Amino acid sequence: MATRIKKKQLDSALEAVEVFESPKINLEQYATPANLAGIVLFNIQSMFDDLEGKMVADLGCGCGILSIGSSLLGAECVFSMDIDRDALDICRKNISEFELNNIDIVQLDVTQIDTNSKWCKLFDTVILNPPFGTKNNPGIDMAFLKAACLLSKNAVVSFHKRATFEHVEKIAKQLGMNVDRLAKMKFDVPNMYRHHKLVMKQIDVDCFRFTPNK
Amino acid sequence: MKLITHNMLTSNIIKGVTKGFPLKIVAPTDKVQIVEVDFNPEFTSRMMHKLDYDALYTAAETLGHSEGLPKEVVPDFETNEEFLKKVHHVLMQIEVQEGELVCPETGRAFPIHNGIPNMLLKEDEV
Repeated sequence: MATRIKKKQLDSALEAVEVFESPKINLEQYATPANLAGIVLFNIQSMFDDLEGKMVADLGCGCGILSIGSSLLGAECVFSMDIDRDALDICRKNISEFELNNIDIVQLDVTQIDTNSKWCKLFDTVILNPPFGTKNNPGIDMAFLKAACLLSKNAVVSFHKRATFEHVEKIAKQLGMNVDRLAKMKFDVPNMYRHHKLVMKQIDVDCFRFTPNK
Repeated sequence: MKLITHNMLTSNIIKGVTKGFPLKIVAPTDKVQIVEVDFNPEFTSRMMHKLDYDALYTAAETLGHSEGLPKEVVPDFETNEEFLKKVHHVLMQIEVQEGELVCPETGRAFPIHNGIPNMLLKEDEV
């Protein structure tokens, strides 16, 4: 069985995850910052037991940092899903570098997951850092969140722009979920807004945990 | 692609497909690998409730890795560790690296490359 990894070990492992070489702006690709990924994953395990021995999905996995972190924290089986082949190739290489044998990768469109999917209610925990909808794709963050809530039978852990907080609460209520804000963070994202001249922009992002309203 | 994943994949998002399950696996023998994954009987037992066992058996058989796996679920599966270990092997330890998943209703093939199945559809298929 996997031994319990310490926070320091987790942090240095996540720092070693290879990130996008040529991120696709239209897909809003950027790697979840390693230190923030580490804080969230470590805490959802220690506070809620969301990962150890659990079936986990990572929606919009990109290079796989959240999947790898979940596996290192004792997830039984992780499914990494993304639409982009290039990202998934990096993800696959990362998984191989870490010699993790319990992560499986699928290339699909998360927004096409509906109630007919066999994945529904299969997962104990669904984790996602979704695209925020800033590139001619408004509403995509909520589409990802809805898919996550369909797939999970327990927890959904997701990142959203602080500006969308009210909308997040509304969607959660519609889906019959309770929502707790786990953390307030700042993400450095590259080239998020075309009209800005900055190479990087710091945005306020909140991490939420959703659970079914029993 | 592990067989646990195959057990969840359908082609029912294709226009006109009613069930789209199970997808037929086509893979050359040398593109199927065995890896070692820790066995957790409690997890495997939980998975048994979600699985389509017939589809799992057929998939394992297609790949030539069904030996020792009972064709039907044993009645005491929740506590039968010997059975669960065989299920674990087939579910988690067999990986298809290259091949195709074929829709039983339309014949549409989804490629598997470097262990990753591509389930994306073209615009006119949705």
